[in-house]
Amino acid sequence: MSRKILLDKIGIAGIETFPVYRSNGGYASVEKALKMQPADIVEEVKKSGLRGRGGAGFPTGLKWSFIDKKSGRPRYLVCNADESEPGTFKDRFLMEKLPHLVLEGMITASIALEANLSFIYVRGEFRWIIKILEKAIVEAKEAGFLGRNILGTGYNLEIVVQTGAGAYICGEETALIESLEGKRGNPRIKPPFPAVSGLYGNPTVVSNVESIAAVPWIVNNGGAEYAKIGVPKSSGTKLISACGNINNPGVYEIELGLPVKDFLFAPEWCGGMKNGKRLKAVVAGGSSVPILPAGLFLKTANGEDRLMSYESLADGGFATGTMLGSGGFIVYDEDQCIVRNTWNFTRFYHHESCGQCSPCREGTGWMERILHNIENGHGKMSDIDLLWDVQKKIEGNTICPLGDAAAWPVAAAIRHFRDEFEWHIKEPKECMVRNFGIAEPAIV
Amino acid sequence: MLAIRTGQKVEFSEQSLQKVTEIINRYPEGKQKSALLPLLHLAQDEFGGWLSVEAMDYVARMLHIQPIEVYEVATFYSMYNLKPVGRFLLEVCQTGPCMIRGAEKLVSQLEEKLKIKNGETTTDGLFTLKTVECLAACGYAPMLQCGEHYHEFLDTEEKVDQLLDQLRRKAAANN
Ligand SMILES: Cc1cc2nc3c(=O)[nH]c(=O)nc-3n(C[C@H](O)[C@H](O)[C@H](O)COP(=O)(O)O)c2cc1C
Ligand code: SF4
Ligand code: FES
Repeated sequence: MSRKILLDKIGIAGIETFPVYRSNGGYASVEKALKMQPADIVEEVKKSGLRGRGGAGFPTGLKWSFIDKKSGRPRYLVCNADESEPGTFKDRFLMEKLPHLVLEGMITASIALEANLSFIYVRGEFRWIIKILEKAIVEAKEAGFLGRNILGTGYNLEIVVQTGAGAYICGEETALIESLEGKRGNPRIKPPFPAVSGLYGNPTVVSNVESIAAVPWIVNNGGAEYAKIGVPKSSGTKLISACGNINNPGVYEIELGLPVKDFLFAPEWCGGMKNGKRLKAVVAGGSSVPILPAGLFLKTANGEDRLMSYESLADGGFATGTMLGSGGFIVYDEDQCIVRNTWNFTRFYHHESCGQCSPCREGTGWMERILHNIENGHGKMSDIDLLWDVQKKIEGNTICPLGDAAAWPVAAAIRHFRDEFEWHIKEPKECMVRNFGIAEPAIV
Repeated sequence: MLAIRTGQKVEFSEQSLQKVTEIINRYPEGKQKSALLPLLHLAQDEFGGWLSVEAMDYVARMLHIQPIEVYEVATFYSMYNLKPVGRFLLEVCQTGPCMIRGAEKLVSQLEEKLKIKNGETTTDGLFTLKTVECLAACGYAPMLQCGEHYHEFLDTEEKVDQLLDQLRRKAAANN
């Protein structure tokens, strides 16, 4: 369960440079893809079962197959390196350590999509990463893997590194496209989907850095081989960025299907709770997914061991389950306050709402204020139901999924930790420091 | 919206102008507006870490777009500063994962040591303190960004002192 296909070469000195990357088998997928039919490359990605690693988990090959090639308009690949979901810091790691893997994936994917201009949209704060990528592009160009007439095949491709400027919403694919056009990051109403009308109104595919980085292996080894890694429906490996109150925060490549208990407590991954504290709750896939109390996180409602896979984490729906999301794994110990954490996340969504839809723009502000009051000892019992009502009215009623992403953490916190909210309201002076509520702490 | 006019003429250096041409040429014919975000970063870097109305208008002229198209964008994105900032902008991440590993303590330590509140600039113009949302460094918390650098694991007072000393020395060396 510790197979590595993305980070397998990470220990090699100088792997971030072209010569070392190339002499370790790098760019083989470009050579292979140039000899294949573009549709066959897409077919291999479909067979691999690879699901989008940016958060939504939509099958990558299927998404690529929707791109409109018939209209004859220019097609674009956009690699989403906006990475701003709280808890998520894995794409940064890939780009820092293995920039040529990301480029190789982008070139191979561009061949599949028959794109001649591709973009990597990097969040503006990652200034050093922008330099790393630009250097890698120069190297790849000098070696003939980018630019005009790649490897003498007549295929032309330019890759542009585009900088964002601090806006979580620009991770949403249509907001990203707007931003790439030099505008505010206001998400577009879908349909039309980007595969039909995206950047400059042309067919566009937006894929996450990690999804794109998995493509070279799939092309080299075949989709069927990739599908054998992991578990059915959750094939392959996934990068998990682990943070919070654990001993070994960091980025790990795991084979999907690894039991969460192993990931959390084994020394090769999170290494258990810091300072010998007890586990209180986990947010498994970035701030937008429902928080689960320790008991429900380690085992499903049916008493089965929970696994790190799309299906197992979602088991029970939102009543008792959550989502794999982006792989931003946030661990809370017994000293953490769920009300404070929920208020903090809600403030984040309120700050990041683009303001286009009233349920999101106003609702996130309402939730922030209600939670702020409860956390600061000014809450009323009726506030809990009001909060529930507000999140319900946001969910599903907005242009983009940021509204849902703001609603779900609030709903889950009330669902699983209602006692803790009540306690804050009843005992305003004693702010929550110890585990309280229905969460059953796991004994470590 | 904050809009500050300085009354001063702004102009890119020769080197930046070359970079501007390079950036604009990356996009397809007629899509030069895509260069807006990168050019605003360039302007902010060159004109003292913030964007005056003059700087925004200058970028608008370069891209042959209306000034309002630039203001719209500059006010949307949190990285563009619309008022002057200190020589070192300390941006502390305050989001959940950083909060549970001591971000609040880091902010109050900085406020105490610099004798300013969040959002303010020290009287010597050296430091501005600002809280920001998740910077994708959640596992290395608490942390702050200063210019190009992420300073991570700032979990003790000594590390905060060291960082401030290092920045003060850097400023002294350049002066
Ligand atoms: C508010 C919001 C923020 C998002 N942020 C990111 C992000 O930072 N990175 C990312 O890859 N996808 C992000 N997404 C998902 C993208 O919209 C899109 O689904 C994804 O980039 C597609 O790539 P994938 O299929 O490879 O996952 C975000 C979505 C929403 C609604
Ligand atoms: S849901 Fe929120 S972020 Fe998304 S488009 Fe509407 S207002 Fe903007
Ligand atoms: S929460 Fe601070 S870097 Fe992510």
